[in-house]
Amino acid sequence: MGFFLETLFGGLMAGMLYSLIALGFVLIYKASGVFNFAQGAMVLFAALAMARFAEWIPKWLGFDNLVVANLLAFVVAMALMVVLAWVIERLCLSKLVNQEGITLLMATLGISYFLDGLGQTLFGNDIYSINVGMPKEPAMILEGMFEGGLLISKEDLVAAIISAALVLALALFFQKTATGRALRAVADDHQAAQSIGIPLNRIWVIVWSVAGFAALVAGIIWGSKLGVQFSLSLVALKALPVVILGGLTSVPGAILGGLIIGVGEKLSEIYLGSFFGGGIEIWFAYVLALGFLLVRPQGLFGEKIIDRV
Amino acid sequence: MMMNDMPQVAQAQEQASARRIGDVVLDLQNISLSFGGVKALTNISFDVREHEIRSIIGPNGAGKSSMLNVINGVYHPQEGRILFRGEPRQRMEPHMAAAQGIARTFQNIALFKGMSVLDNIMTGRNLKMKCGLLAHALYWGRAQKEEIEHRVKVEEIIDFLEIQDIRKTPVGALPYGLQKRVELGRALAAEPNLLLLDEPMAGMNVEEKQDMCRFILDVNDQFGTTIVLIEHDMGVVMDISDRVVVLDYGKKIGDGVPDEVRSNEDVIRAYLGTSH
Amino acid sequence: MLYRENGQFKTSYVADQQIFPIAQDRIAIGLLLLVAFVVMPLAGSEYLFRAVLIPFLILALAALGLNILVGYCGQISLGTGAFMAVGAYGAYNFLVRIDGMPLIGAMLLGGLSATVVGVLFGVPSLRIKGLYLAVATLAAQFFTDWAFLRVGWFTNNSTSGSVSVAGLNVFGLPIESPVAKYLFCLSVVCVFALAAKNLTRSATGRQWMAIRDMDVAAAVIGIRPVYAKLTAFAVSSFIVGVAGVLWAFVHLGAWEPAAFSIDRSFQLLFMVIIGGLGSIMGAFFGAAFIVILPIILDQVPHWFGIPLSTATTSHLVHMIFGALIVFFLIAEPHGLAKLWSIGKQKLRLWPFPH
Repeated sequence: MGFFLETLFGGLMAGMLYSLIALGFVLIYKASGVFNFAQGAMVLFAALAMARFAEWIPKWLGFDNLVVANLLAFVVAMALMVVLAWVIERLCLSKLVNQEGITLLMATLGISYFLDGLGQTLFGNDIYSINVGMPKEPAMILEGMFEGGLLISKEDLVAAIISAALVLALALFFQKTATGRALRAVADDHQAAQSIGIPLNRIWVIVWSVAGFAALVAGIIWGSKLGVQFSLSLVALKALPVVILGGLTSVPGAILGGLIIGVGEKLSEIYLGSFFGGGIEIWFAYVLALGFLLVRPQGLFGEKIIDRV
Repeated sequence: MMMNDMPQVAQAQEQASARRIGDVVLDLQNISLSFGGVKALTNISFDVREHEIRSIIGPNGAGKSSMLNVINGVYHPQEGRILFRGEPRQRMEPHMAAAQGIARTFQNIALFKGMSVLDNIMTGRNLKMKCGLLAHALYWGRAQKEEIEHRVKVEEIIDFLEIQDIRKTPVGALPYGLQKRVELGRALAAEPNLLLLDEPMAGMNVEEKQDMCRFILDVNDQFGTTIVLIEHDMGVVMDISDRVVVLDYGKKIGDGVPDEVRSNEDVIRAYLGTSH
Repeated sequence: MLYRENGQFKTSYVADQQIFPIAQDRIAIGLLLLVAFVVMPLAGSEYLFRAVLIPFLILALAALGLNILVGYCGQISLGTGAFMAVGAYGAYNFLVRIDGMPLIGAMLLGGLSATVVGVLFGVPSLRIKGLYLAVATLAAQFFTDWAFLRVGWFTNNSTSGSVSVAGLNVFGLPIESPVAKYLFCLSVVCVFALAAKNLTRSATGRQWMAIRDMDVAAAVIGIRPVYAKLTAFAVSSFIVGVAGVLWAFVHLGAWEPAAFSIDRSFQLLFMVIIGGLGSIMGAFFGAAFIVILPIILDQVPHWFGIPLSTATTSHLVHMIFGALIVFFLIAEPHGLAKLWSIGKQKLRLWPFPH
């Protein structure tokens, strides 16, 4: 029982991180109808920037304070993500308005390749570490309820809490603020939104910046856990089934989908993995999402698509 | 280029001697259709007789296009019965309706944008082409012969619609009026016995409208095709229809020959916009 | 001046429907085949065959297969590598497990294995579209990656799924020397390119394109979406599977699942986009571009005496490909093939303005 719960907690925490990345997908999809394949490349790019600036800035300015260095690096990396959002909007999105979803998807594949190359050219292609003072030692909880208690990683717990807070904040931002309303209007029909004076370009820059912010936070969390390296950009591939499961347009869907996939992956690896010869974590999420799609093509919370003729 | 097929059109002209209204081919009984909670059609019944031109009119959003979508199997009504040639219809998909000889044009042109005029009309022959995948891969003997046979038929339609000069143009590059004409050609290529036309004259100038009217009447006259027509131009509707059904807010409010409908109180009210 | 079609009148529909209706095109393609089949084997160096021509031909074949699915039928696939892998490992199993299985037989059976898997993963396309379908094909990618790595049966229980074949021959002729390999690939590619062209200009191809351009209208004129989509998946994955067999057997000789990873899938998709969606010739343009560009990028800095590390070059290639994808999607969605045909259109009049 204790072992099951440990696995469950581990899954929930990993799931929270998936949610965070999935949220980047959902935000951009809602506001611009773009299925942003480059979200993973953005995570890598942001994490690389964070790791290297935290290393470079103290050298340039000649001080030695980890907190200040991290703060400055965070600010610079975020600024870089905003610039990136602006460039993407200018050079790519604004020229592909009204194209089909497939075309936009392929364009983001291109962006993803470009970012992978650019990030590693600018910041190098070794493994870098991010040290933002995440607690590394494990912790015991609920010792009273179980014999020996439950062993969980404090780092995961902190990460999950940060993710949850961020997800919640973004969901509120989308639902409650005027900018959020404008974003939703653009998502619904960008011509109509434009006609009532919502500046399309600025909205897109904002939404890509927010997605960049989500990518930066995700990059810091994953990076401090696993080190910043190329494989980080593959994290996005893990978040894809989450979005599909939850529904492309739904923020709660991204959260719930992330938790389901996180838990499902861990539990399936432990309880089913041995039947298949192990390593099923790689495809389990995809097959789960695919099976689900066949029953409910629009995902858990997605809007039902009605073909009008 | 290639204009040796005029005699065949003349032949068809002779064959379909005169327009005679026949028996009921399509009988719609108590059709109701809703999307989620929204009622698109409520308890609608009407019939279509062989060889006639049957128009459906009504204000925007009255459910006219939905009605056509029900007839050719795109939408599935929750209630009601459809008899086609006396047979009650089971749940069917659009391609099955096509196989029964029901063809259709769309309100917003639904041509295959990436293909040429010729290829678009050739797709209309799809159901009549029998060769399989492997034969197509070889493109030799039977497959090639079949392709040529159907090309001949398609060229007849191209001549009929007077679009010879654009046969190799991608349809996306054509002006609106011509696109509508190509779409009619694609539907005709299937040699349908029931043709559904959804606002074939919308957005056309007077000259284009006259052309389109002539094509519709010719199709009806020469090939004996039964036509269900949705159109907003009352002049045209009253002129060429045999019978007219009027829809408003998803309900039937009038049905009969043009003169009856013209003098129907409910219809006048719906069109002049008095309160309900 | 040279490229004019004045005076070439078609007097029959057969003449009007040939693949190359213009006489100059027929001459050009004849010359190209002559160079490919006769001049190259005599003049080409071993490096040219190994590093350029053979990979180009095989990847062009795979891109051709993918283009049928994406360019002609409008169904996106991010799992092309998976279908290549199924072809390769399928053919490997037929070759190893059945005594006296000829290479061509194994190749076609490998293609058929890919067809079966392709259709299986194509079934979701009947329910789901576009982006969601992309995820279904990704599922195919990750599943096969895993299966060939972990399920010993597929790889004759070799460790980490790495297997090899040797002593290939066709009708008793050994396929060992670079020239023989090149000619074998060239012949296979020519056969499949012709078959694909025939399919796309026949009723089958029109059904695919109709589904791509407007699926509801296609159904309304009597095209069965199920049939059209699944045949596209079947034909596409068959060709891709055969390309996988060639890549593994002829090009690599010994391989492991990583040869068909998701990077391969993306690479092929890029070829199709850059070469031209919905064009047979585009697959060849795209493959040529993507095979040759890294080679050139590798060489150019040396000419100018700028030393670039391999890693930097590969990042540069990433950036250039990425930027080009976006550029082509914005400026010319029909890719190099469209630029080619625009060029030809201009040539028809040149040097006169009208």
